[in-house]
Amino acid sequence: MENFDILVSILGSTVRLSIPLLFTALAGLFSERAGIFDIGLEGKMLAAAFASAVAAYATGSAWLGLLAGIAVSILFSLVHGFASITNRGNQIVSGVALNFVAIGLTVVLGQAWFGQGGRTPQVSGEGRFSPIILPGADAMRDVPIIGPLYANVISGNNILTYMAFMAVPLAWWVLFRTRFGLRLRAVGENPGAVDTAGISVAWMRYRAVIVAGFLCGFSGTYLAIAQSAAFINNMSAGKGYIALAALIFAKWRPVPVMFACLLFGFLDAVANFMQGKSVPLIGEVPVQIFQALPYILTCVLLAGFIGVARAPKAGGVPYVKER
Amino acid sequence: MSLDPSPAPAIELVGIDKKFGPVHANKNINLTVARGSIHGIIGENGAGKSTLMSIIYGFYQADQGQIRINGKPIVIRDSQTAISSGIGMVHQHFMLVENFTVLENVVLGVEGGALLGRDAARAREELKRLQKDYGLEVDLDAIVEELPVGAQQRVEILKALYRGADILILDEPTGVLTPAEADHLFNVLRVLREQGKTILLITHKLREIMAITDTVSVMRRGEMVATRATAETTVEELAELMVGRRVLLHVEKGEAKPGPVLLSVKNLTVKDSRGLKMVDNVSFDVRAGEIVGIAGVAGNGQSELLEAIAGIRKPSSGEILIDGQPVAELDAARRRELGLAHIPEDRHHMGLVLKFEEYENSILGYHRDQRYGRGAFLDLEAIRKDAEDKIAKYDIRPPNPRLKTANFSGGNQQKIVVAREIERDPKLLIVGQPTRGVDVGAIEFIHRRIIERRDAGKAVLLVSVELDEIRSLSDRILVMFAGKIVGEKTSEAGEQTLGLMMAGIAA
Repeated sequence: MENFDILVSILGSTVRLSIPLLFTALAGLFSERAGIFDIGLEGKMLAAAFASAVAAYATGSAWLGLLAGIAVSILFSLVHGFASITNRGNQIVSGVALNFVAIGLTVVLGQAWFGQGGRTPQVSGEGRFSPIILPGADAMRDVPIIGPLYANVISGNNILTYMAFMAVPLAWWVLFRTRFGLRLRAVGENPGAVDTAGISVAWMRYRAVIVAGFLCGFSGTYLAIAQSAAFINNMSAGKGYIALAALIFAKWRPVPVMFACLLFGFLDAVANFMQGKSVPLIGEVPVQIFQALPYILTCVLLAGFIGVARAPKAGGVPYVKER
Repeated sequence: MSLDPSPAPAIELVGIDKKFGPVHANKNINLTVARGSIHGIIGENGAGKSTLMSIIYGFYQADQGQIRINGKPIVIRDSQTAISSGIGMVHQHFMLVENFTVLENVVLGVEGGALLGRDAARAREELKRLQKDYGLEVDLDAIVEELPVGAQQRVEILKALYRGADILILDEPTGVLTPAEADHLFNVLRVLREQGKTILLITHKLREIMAITDTVSVMRRGEMVATRATAETTVEELAELMVGRRVLLHVEKGEAKPGPVLLSVKNLTVKDSRGLKMVDNVSFDVRAGEIVGIAGVAGNGQSELLEAIAGIRKPSSGEILIDGQPVAELDAARRRELGLAHIPEDRHHMGLVLKFEEYENSILGYHRDQRYGRGAFLDLEAIRKDAEDKIAKYDIRPPNPRLKTANFSGGNQQKIVVAREIERDPKLLIVGQPTRGVDVGAIEFIHRRIIERRDAGKAVLLVSVELDEIRSLSDRILVMFAGKIVGEKTSEAGEQTLGLMMAGIAA
């Protein structure tokens, strides 16, 4: 039974660690399906984390924190859009620049406002998204197998977690069942077709990056005031890149994106669990191996060993009317 | 109470003028297109045809001038205005989303409501009707990239019709089609005309103009130089109007005097990255003093065959001998040393570096030559001198070796490649699509150079999807279909015979 308890605890933290990846990867999905590469997911997440922590501390409301996170993240998206859509700049350069801006700006502002070396003060109570105990969780706890899974993995998460999982079918529905989604996917494959159909390519792409900003607002908020209770320097710690890897690993499809994020979250959870423990016959396994696995898996995928990942055809290419 | 006896023309252009920086693309263009007619616009590359059509379709705005549709002056600010004025366009490069279905492509931009499901059934009904009325068969649920190009083009036409187009502009519509597909297209166009649609056909192929149009207008260097009733003009007159002087459409050449075998291909098989046989057990010889043409619809293995001979693509089995020497193990540079020269099919991707200046491209691939420098250093003086000689000899315009290659017209770019390869005086010249996207004047020039090679006792292997080109240049014609050579004919063979072989119907 002890091993089962370990498994339950790892699965519980898998869910918790997957959520920021999931929001962020879905953000990337919208942006990249519209042909705008978004390496700036990391920066948007970080900026949103900072904004939500500050707002939640100032107002005492987690929901206002979320709102602030979304607003700042969308602002970053618009800068990315202005550089890469309106001015047809290089999308990678713009994204990387935003990542640097986010790392620097959050620390500078945090130090200026709170003087704690870039941290924000702890928030508590209404300022955080706290775990929700689903009905019957306590009653079911003693049911073998299902009980602990329900009580510790399904129940006991905050509202943002449930929203992340609901966002997956919603993203699928928007992309594949609505006019907006059809046009968004078209603009990432052949913007010329969209333009000649009389639809504005720029406006379509702007809307896509705004959606991306919106979703990154959730992931940043989750980091700062759901998983933690304050903003800490560089607290996104590369999750934006892992989310990007998950997006590629899932070949730019919503449901596989969810599974990729869960897989990468699981690896992270295992890494945490293995810290300082030794495995029989092998000894202590360096946690770095688990931290590197998402990237290794993605490289293996890109090398064509697990099928071919077909990126949106017009991805990364600014749209210029041909003469 | 006077009744207008003739309806207003479908399109009237008055004094259309457009400049792109220093380039005067359209100069004071006047054009009247009668309703219910097929009106051809012919001109060389760069004559301004595409710009003019883009202005009608709202891609660009004219600097001056007026557009009247059905007698009403309108300002076409964007494609949306053009569409709502009943103008549809079939672009030269299809504007289709390749991983979408036909239905999705057609409804893109006119989906109806915000949700796709509800209106799809109605769209399907409407499309079925259009397909039946105009003979535009294509599976609505097929993924576009899996369709042959002819079918993709029908999707483009359906798209325009579904948007309620009364005026249909087709830009170089037959460039990618087989003769049979082109005939099918022409039938569709005739049906459209019968139903009262107006068609504007942009092309540089005289044959098409004669075959299908009612009226033809000729453009040259941005100007509309003439409009004729097709029945009252001739190919010769139109060609002369296009280039401003007489051109020889049928290349004069004497009997071939074949000598020893210079290229021998034996049981050659080439696979692509997916492991599919693109060239399937092909054998043939090319002798000194003859031009062997390989006819075929694009994508039947000709490109791969050419690349295998040039040393760019590795065959999976079989032998290639250049002047009797097996070259399987030699790379492209070593094969060139044996006397091979290669004019690649796609000058932009393989023949030239567009960002280079002209003189740099004029030695591309031959930069190790002693004449152009010693050791690691290039002798720029010698290279430029050499480039200037080629420019003079091949009449490359503008005659400036320091100009960026991208700034030359298609025909002149091709001449840069042709000059580079032919001036090496190769024993064996292999040529892919020598005149693709090249204007009539340059076509004639390039054809003459190729025939000169033959007459000088060298071997030429010519790959082209232009049947006319193959027929007028080749001494022997091999037809490729699905990776195999399905037959050999002389240049006397009829177009229809070859067309059937190219379609894999007859051998």
